[in-house]
Amino acid sequence: MKRRITILLFLLSALNCYAHTITTGPAVSIKKAIASAKDGDTVIITKGLYKEGNIVIQKSIAIIGQNNPVLDGENKYEIFTVSGKNITIKGISFQNSGYSAMNDYASIKVIDASNITIENNTIYNAYFAIHLSNTSYAVVRNNSIKGNPKSEQLTGNGIHLWKSNHALIENNHIQGHRDGIYFEFVTFSTVKKNFSELNIRYGIHFMFSNDDTYLNNTFLNNGAGVAVMYSKKVIMQGNRFEQNWGPSAYGILLKDISDSYISGNTFFKNTVALHLEGTSRIEINKNIFKENGWAVKIQASCNDNNFHENNFIQNSFDVGTNGSLVLNNFDNNYWDKYEGYDMNKDGKGDVPYHPVSMYSMISEQNPSTLILLRSFIVSLLDKAEKAIPSLTPENLADTKPSIKAFKL
Amino acid sequence: MLKLTRYILYDILRSKIVIAYTLFLLIVSFSMFRMEENSGKALLSLLNIILIVLPLISLVFSTIHYYNSYEFIELMLSQPMSRTRIIIAEYAGVTISLLAAFLIGAGIPVLIFSPTDTGITMLLTGLALTMIFTSLAFAVSVKARDKARGIGSVLLVWFYFALIYDGLILLILFSFSDYPLEKVTLALSFLNPLDLGRIFIMLKMDVSALMGYTGALYKDFFGSTAGMALVTGVMLLWIIIPVWLAVRYFKKKDL
Amino acid sequence: MIRIEHISKRFKKLQALDDINAIFNNGQVVSLIGPNGSGKTTLIKSILGMVKADSGKIFVNNTQINGDPSYRSNIGYMPQIGRYPDNMKIGHLFAMMKDIRNAKDMVLDEELLKKYDLEKIFEKPMRTLSGGTRQKVSAALAFLFNPDILILDEPTAGLDPLSSEILKEKIIAEKKKNKLILITSHILSDLEEFTTHVMYMQEGKLIFLKEAETLQEETGEIKISKAIARIMKGEQPGNDWIDKVFHLNSNKKTI
Repeated sequence: MKRRITILLFLLSALNCYAHTITTGPAVSIKKAIASAKDGDTVIITKGLYKEGNIVIQKSIAIIGQNNPVLDGENKYEIFTVSGKNITIKGISFQNSGYSAMNDYASIKVIDASNITIENNTIYNAYFAIHLSNTSYAVVRNNSIKGNPKSEQLTGNGIHLWKSNHALIENNHIQGHRDGIYFEFVTFSTVKKNFSELNIRYGIHFMFSNDDTYLNNTFLNNGAGVAVMYSKKVIMQGNRFEQNWGPSAYGILLKDISDSYISGNTFFKNTVALHLEGTSRIEINKNIFKENGWAVKIQASCNDNNFHENNFIQNSFDVGTNGSLVLNNFDNNYWDKYEGYDMNKDGKGDVPYHPVSMYSMISEQNPSTLILLRSFIVSLLDKAEKAIPSLTPENLADTKPSIKAFKL
Repeated sequence: MLKLTRYILYDILRSKIVIAYTLFLLIVSFSMFRMEENSGKALLSLLNIILIVLPLISLVFSTIHYYNSYEFIELMLSQPMSRTRIIIAEYAGVTISLLAAFLIGAGIPVLIFSPTDTGITMLLTGLALTMIFTSLAFAVSVKARDKARGIGSVLLVWFYFALIYDGLILLILFSFSDYPLEKVTLALSFLNPLDLGRIFIMLKMDVSALMGYTGALYKDFFGSTAGMALVTGVMLLWIIIPVWLAVRYFKKKDL
Repeated sequence: MIRIEHISKRFKKLQALDDINAIFNNGQVVSLIGPNGSGKTTLIKSILGMVKADSGKIFVNNTQINGDPSYRSNIGYMPQIGRYPDNMKIGHLFAMMKDIRNAKDMVLDEELLKKYDLEKIFEKPMRTLSGGTRQKVSAALAFLFNPDILILDEPTAGLDPLSSEILKEKIIAEKKKNKLILITSHILSDLEEFTTHVMYMQEGKLIFLKEAETLQEETGEIKISKAIARIMKGEQPGNDWIDKVFHLNSNKKTI
């Protein structure tokens, strides 16, 4: 009797409420479950290994994994293809999604959608892991993505956004892809607390993406560090750029960026911590540059960039440049190589600091001379240059170098 | 030989020069570590001491000691003792005392303030360079006829390795800048123990910058077991060959 | 016994030894004399192996000296200027010499050590010693190990008369033990009492090696020192030096 009443109540609720829950099982495939779901329903995928090829989701439903179900693309299929609005994908493991030279196959591909949430998933051995295009208000959070890096052509990006807006990419861990996070034409979005490491090319790579904010992310040991190009109004704060080593590896490579803020970041042990090319009106302050090859490389094509209150500590070279034209301001930073004095005790050195050493100019022209760094002859050359400047740009100087390191 | 070395060592350790050298290192290292906010900067100053002062002291001290022990060597020669034994004992005595001075003077501060990879690498390099330049000093002073010539010659040796050689490399790098010279410079660095030591330390200290260009090659090379074995071997050769030459000259020398 | 065969040595322009042949036997006290630069010290050093002769052979106790230093255990050598490790104390020096000679089982001759009262100043470092005291140390060392052959280079120079006398007595005592003693000295009178043979050298050449008695007869002087002085004054010594000496004598008589 009781049982009948329960069933009756269930049926009633199914009729009246919008939220059904459909659970997959031995008899119910994911495809079937989704087919039978209506907008607002929840599909629960139970524990197990599913090989169902490409699954298309076009309804406003939540797909939630229970006890970590595994969806396998058998190296042939794109696993989820999502489009629509109000869709949630949560707690699922994806593996072995297919590779195609023609299409950007992904573990989760989102096209023409809005209000999408992709959360707590694990993606392993994908071509592209999460691929969003023409999507607004997407949330990608707490996902763990691990690629199996082959060559740059055979590996796609970890989290790839194209022509999207108002996305939130938060707390994901990405490794072993071509670019960890890739933005192209993405606006008004936030990337925060992500950890992107060991990617073949860039930890994060964005182009033509204005009005975005990057907070407290860590980019560690990526093939070429981080590259940001052709964008404006970008805020980068509290990020960590670490151990990006190589002939063309950068903590950040800035190319044609304007009206942006780079502050409170830490650059540690990068070949070039911050490379600026054709950038203008950027505020670079309160950053820590420590143990980098070059803390800053600034091309003569940059103008109106301001470096203030940064700490430059134990870098092989503080600043490198390729020309004598200097249209940027370097006042009031701490340079550990500064050897001046502070007679009036205002905390600022009384003689300007020239952060471009002669040898940094020489090795700019002839990189293999780098091997003589720290030799007696090089220190003599540097001393001679300090006494009678000839190669280094005279007006690239910090006129108020701080005597003490800033507390950052 | 050990007996003889012990007596030579005893004599040197009580001489004021080695004590002064030890104190100099100790005071300089301690004050650098105390003065600088970050130990990296102190290590940098220490690097300059290792690459410039240490070879100079090793060379000049060894030479002066050799000429000052001339009569002692004569006395030993009148005893039933072979020349090889005497000169090797002298070398061992001087080297051990200089090594001890360096270990106490620089080793203790480094181990207290900066027992890092870089610090340890520096100490090892300093020890190797001490042995090498003492060895070079012996080869030169046994060959040179008198004290003045001997000191003049070792100063030239120092000048050559510390400055002229790198100047020549710089010249080569600029003259042939259109060619890939990484391997050539690597090979050339084997011909100057100071360069070898410097690159060895730089791979810890400036690895970020080095990784930029030729660095990958250097890091792969020095990082591999074969590379390390080769470097150790070359360093050993730099110790052994001059000592061997010194023994050879000494055996033929009229005292 | 020392046998010297056709020894020649050239230092750049100077012919230090020119085809020297000599035999010194046990029981002889040979005074090696000649003007400064005549090659005396070079000859001694050749015997000791400190100078490597250009040609010729030297036998010590019938063994030719080549690389093996063991023959020197039979030789006690007192150098012209004894210099020792500056910071070593006298006691230490003796201990060291005993140590490196493995003197535990040897019968030591410490007579000079006692007569010179060196044990009282065992705690003094060598650098504080006067030239005379150093000579005493050198002398004591030369006799210490009871060698068959004694080579004394200017032994009495710098010694006070009393010490000099002690040394002379010692030499006489050793002579009686049938030892071979080779002495160079400028102070001819010192050699008087015990010389059995006189070897005179000039410009690297051996002018003569004669028994003292023969010399006395030939020159007509009873005192060897005077006989030798005559020769040294004669400035053109040659094979016919005796005639000249006699000629000089006859001239004097006529006046």
